[in-house]
Amino acid sequence: MTEIALTLTDAHASTARRARRQRLQDAVFRNATLAFALLVLLILGGVTVSLIDGALPALRAFGFGFVGTEVWNPVSEQFGALAPIYGTLVTSVIAMAVGIPVSFGIALFITEMCPAWLKRPLGVAIELLAGIPSIIYGIWGLFVFAPFMQSTVQPFLIATLGQIPGIGNLFMGPPYGIGILTAGLILGIMVLPFITSITRDVFETVPPMVRESAYGLGATTWEVVWNVVLPYTRTGVVGGVMLGLGRALGETMAVTFVIGNAHRISSSIMAPGTTISASIANEFTEAVGDVYTSSLVALGLILFLITFTVLSIAKLMLLRLQRKAGA
Amino acid sequence: MTMTHMDANSPAHGNHPMPPGMLAGTAADRAIAGAGLPEKISVRNLEFFYDGYRALKNISLPLYDRQVTAFIGPSGCGKSTLLRILNRMYDLYPKQVATGEVLLDGVNILSPKQDLNLLRARVGMVFQKPTPFPMSIYDNIAFGVRLYEKLSKADMEERIEFSLRRAALWDEVKDKLRQNGMSLSGGQQQRLCIARAIAVKPSVLLLDEPTSALDPISTAKCEELIDELRSDYCIAIVTHNMQQAARISNFTAFMYLGELIEFGNTEEIFTNPTKEKTSEYITGRFG
Repeated sequence: MTEIALTLTDAHASTARRARRQRLQDAVFRNATLAFALLVLLILGGVTVSLIDGALPALRAFGFGFVGTEVWNPVSEQFGALAPIYGTLVTSVIAMAVGIPVSFGIALFITEMCPAWLKRPLGVAIELLAGIPSIIYGIWGLFVFAPFMQSTVQPFLIATLGQIPGIGNLFMGPPYGIGILTAGLILGIMVLPFITSITRDVFETVPPMVRESAYGLGATTWEVVWNVVLPYTRTGVVGGVMLGLGRALGETMAVTFVIGNAHRISSSIMAPGTTISASIANEFTEAVGDVYTSSLVALGLILFLITFTVLSIAKLMLLRLQRKAGA
Repeated sequence: MTMTHMDANSPAHGNHPMPPGMLAGTAADRAIAGAGLPEKISVRNLEFFYDGYRALKNISLPLYDRQVTAFIGPSGCGKSTLLRILNRMYDLYPKQVATGEVLLDGVNILSPKQDLNLLRARVGMVFQKPTPFPMSIYDNIAFGVRLYEKLSKADMEERIEFSLRRAALWDEVKDKLRQNGMSLSGGQQQRLCIARAIAVKPSVLLLDEPTSALDPISTAKCEELIDELRSDYCIAIVTHNMQQAARISNFTAFMYLGELIEFGNTEEIFTNPTKEKTSEYITGRFG
């Protein structure tokens, strides 16, 4: 009897030891992951604070007029962010206008219509496209794409759309090759693989049975895609688009190569311009004087705010969509 | 695969008492039991291949109008495959081929000239799991209707009420038609799917294990519904639930390894099967 009782308490003791050790492990693990998670907030906060701190001299010198002024004169130390903001937004809009429909088309073709043997090569090609460094898009844009724009596309646009009153203003002026339009198109190509691969992945999350139900009612591929696949995946689709937009807003290297780096706002989208990131990349080495440097940091702060706003709008849109769907 | 159980004249091994006259009964004889009823669908010498694998072997059977035909058999026997041929759902996937004939009102739907969308509007389908679309209850039903008909608002509302009533769901959802279809319970969702299928006015309904994901009460409601729909549609139902097949079908087809072992009146199949394999399956000795 005593022997059995003894082994039992032994067993209890070892179990208790094990439990203690596990509790300890758990606590260490929990706190370590918590620390990593807090690190994210810390970094975000740190970046924001240092951006604001760096931008203060410029904001003090120009006030909120900084955002609304087009002048950018290093010699007289007069700086305004309007032209880069304008360029950033317009190139991104062009990129999205080109990138979204094409990306959706590719993703839908791959998920809905693509013969099995073509699926894998297409998928790999898209991933490779995403892997091309932006500097390569830049030199390709400058040496191949911009001359092509100058010799073929822009003369055509000037001769056709440029003649229409109203929107013709967008397509006027000499065909430089480089400019806002060229930068926007390059950005469109660059965001394509991102939007495509995310939308393809979310399209594939539609259960085959839901898709078959729609086909089973006699819907065509288009009707299934438009009425069932897209509503079903809208959260992911908006997410993919936003990721692409984020990339377009912040892309630096390729844009710097082909945008022309002119601090001015032209009515024509074929004229040279600049973006926030292109201005920073181009000028930080020659930025002498506190106000000049601070103005570039202020540009960075504005870019940060723009991307933050875009993301917030995306989140709000998703929330509204979900509420409308009554889910 | 052995052919012994296909031999129509092999004596039953006394698994259950059988009147002497029934010993020689064949699937063909049984089919005569339905003679006189109009055949909505006639399947003739149907074979089906998944990328070269022969999944259905020389299937021939009738589906009678305004009758419920149940397809039973162990998993992988080809019942769902057969169902998916009847609206050519398999066409969505590459490397799936059907040969033979499937006549719907006398027209071969396997013909490449068959318009798939029109076919699927005439042959509705309901799946194992409820598949409401991510839209309101109203739009779930209106979706299919809008594909073919341009109805006025009043007509559309009438059609939606008709379908929901027919699917025994109207009373439960009439006050929340604008709610998302996915917010309904599983049983309600499945009846919504049936309503959706009915709304486009098909003449055939294919039900692929429609109650397998439902609780007993919802299952009973669905069975009741199928019983009511019998008077208007030709219904084919795949089920793993033998009692369900016995309860709701007029005819039963027992399939095994891609072959049609036996087809006949449900009552006869369940009380007096001619094939040993059938009797083994329905008594639960395999499957």
